[in-house]
Amino acid sequence: MITEVLLSLFSVSFLMSVLRGATPLIFASMGGLLSERSGLIQIALEGLMLMGALFAAIGALYFGSPWAGLLCGAMAGLLAASLFGFFALVLRLDQIIVGTGLNLLAVGIAPFVTKILYNSTGSTPSLPQEIHFGFAPIVISLLVVALVTYLFSQTKAGLLLRFSGEAPEAVEAAGYSLNKVRWSFLMSAGFVTGMGGASLSLFLASSYSPNMTAGRGFMALATLIFGKWRPLPTLSACLFFALVDSLQIQLQGLNTGLPIQLIQALPYVVTIIALAGFFGHSQAPKALGQHLRIP
Amino acid sequence: MKHFFRLSAGLFIGLFLSSVLAYVAGENPLHVLSVLFRSAFGSPYDLGLALFYTTSLIFTGLSVSMAFHAGLFNIGAEGQLTVAALAAAWFGVSFPQMPVTVAPFLIGAVGISAGAFWGWIAGWLKAKRGSHEVIVTMMLNFVAAAATSYVALELIKNPDSQNPETKALPAEFLFKGHDAVQDFFKDSPANLSLLIALALSGLCFVFIYKTVWGYQLRASGQNEKAAEIAGINPQKWKMIAMALAGGLAGCVCLNEILGSAGRFKIGFSPDYGFVGIAVALLARNHPLGILASAFLFGILQKGASDLDMETQFITRDFTRVIQAILIFSVAGSYYFETHLFKRRKKKLP
Repeated sequence: MITEVLLSLFSVSFLMSVLRGATPLIFASMGGLLSERSGLIQIALEGLMLMGALFAAIGALYFGSPWAGLLCGAMAGLLAASLFGFFALVLRLDQIIVGTGLNLLAVGIAPFVTKILYNSTGSTPSLPQEIHFGFAPIVISLLVVALVTYLFSQTKAGLLLRFSGEAPEAVEAAGYSLNKVRWSFLMSAGFVTGMGGASLSLFLASSYSPNMTAGRGFMALATLIFGKWRPLPTLSACLFFALVDSLQIQLQGLNTGLPIQLIQALPYVVTIIALAGFFGHSQAPKALGQHLRIP
Repeated sequence: MKHFFRLSAGLFIGLFLSSVLAYVAGENPLHVLSVLFRSAFGSPYDLGLALFYTTSLIFTGLSVSMAFHAGLFNIGAEGQLTVAALAAAWFGVSFPQMPVTVAPFLIGAVGISAGAFWGWIAGWLKAKRGSHEVIVTMMLNFVAAAATSYVALELIKNPDSQNPETKALPAEFLFKGHDAVQDFFKDSPANLSLLIALALSGLCFVFIYKTVWGYQLRASGQNEKAAEIAGINPQKWKMIAMALAGGLAGCVCLNEILGSAGRFKIGFSPDYGFVGIAVALLARNHPLGILASAFLFGILQKGASDLDMETQFITRDFTRVIQAILIFSVAGSYYFETHLFKRRKKKLP
């Protein structure tokens, strides 16, 4: 049986299942990276993804195209992030509290919207095969990583991003508006995370269903810690988590004698172990969660 | 008093915004409010059910606020209470020969310790390994859900029931029979735990604000460095705070297992743990304020199902929206306090 398991791990279909599973996580963790490196704690990734998933399904159903759905999902993420920005940057509330509120709001708004649009409690009707993504989101997610990596290490914007998370005063001293920098990265974070949600409802599944994110927003935060808030290590963390998840699904089908519920908990346990820093120390951006003092 | 006015200002802004949203959805806000009011105060049974929810919310609200005082954000109350309820049910089912007089105490103690243990894991990881408690507690919620469903469905499943639940505890172990609260609200699940919750919030008040321990706990939360210089071990207090938070959330097992259901049902909690966050934030983590805010959310919880039935567009989950709006507006009302009037310096809640 062990050879059977090992062989299945080297098959193309297993590799694809890892990549598929990693896609939403990659989007979300890149969103989280953009937000957190600019100094905004992003507990609300879960809520942003939910909004993205919901409105992507709605958009795809309405326009009859997955690409339109993807755009709708991304815009929904952007709008939700701007709500975050209003509370966290304009009203300067505690970012963890705002994030928690946003997560609750997303969970509550979704059934409200589906009830009005489709008269169903929580889910959208399922998408027909032709408005369903084949493999495009995988490519897009990798492109996003490439883009973020480039931005991060090669551009002035990336430098601003890093400074606004590490030494916000320096950004202001250099003549930039910290708020503008944080706003623009927050918006892009919402956009990217919204695409992550869209990849859930248009790619992994074929409709929106309640709580379909299943903690991925929080796992994305864990991948950030695991990847030390850098794009490429974060990508490998995402792949690692997806690998654990795919393994878990494989194990379920294999009749190992282990109870299914415990196998399902595996990714969460691995996240906790990874967080405990048994894989090396990780330092968060210094100014994470801090507001610039008003003079 | 000033505090009270600001809070109510936030509350009214929140209610106003929720009404606007209900109006946009095509419902009459006054109708919504009247449904909510009737649903909670219509009969002793209705009030009893609202108080039953309130009881659990007091426990989780106290749990979240205890962690907050130590500078930690406990979004794991849900997992802690699930583990506690299962542990209590398991203990009661496994040892039916216990003497009846000590059984409720032992069962409650086992449940609460299990909750405390679940909270302590996150505290220990935070103190020793620096893992962020928000993500750890969230992950522990998922682990708790998986582990409890395994134990409940595979090990001590109720063979006579279609529902996913454990075997029932012996009836004489429960509070029933010597429970004044239950006699008062006939047929409703309200029970003795309500009084325990009231007493516990008083106890938490004394502990947090009137004892040296409480002072040390708060000092560790407000300024780790200053606490350390003053000879307080903040890491130790973070662990203790998380264990206490877990234990407080675990008290839900009194309400659910010993007080009403007498067995562990999978999914029994309508997100008590997450609503507890809103309860604590609304009360600004004051143990006595939590009584009021838990009651408010208890009413909302009770009203949720009635709103579902009596209005066209508002679903059960609309209460989540109201909770979120309340969090935003109450937190926002402190913005005006801290930034517009500039009377006091900004303090983290």
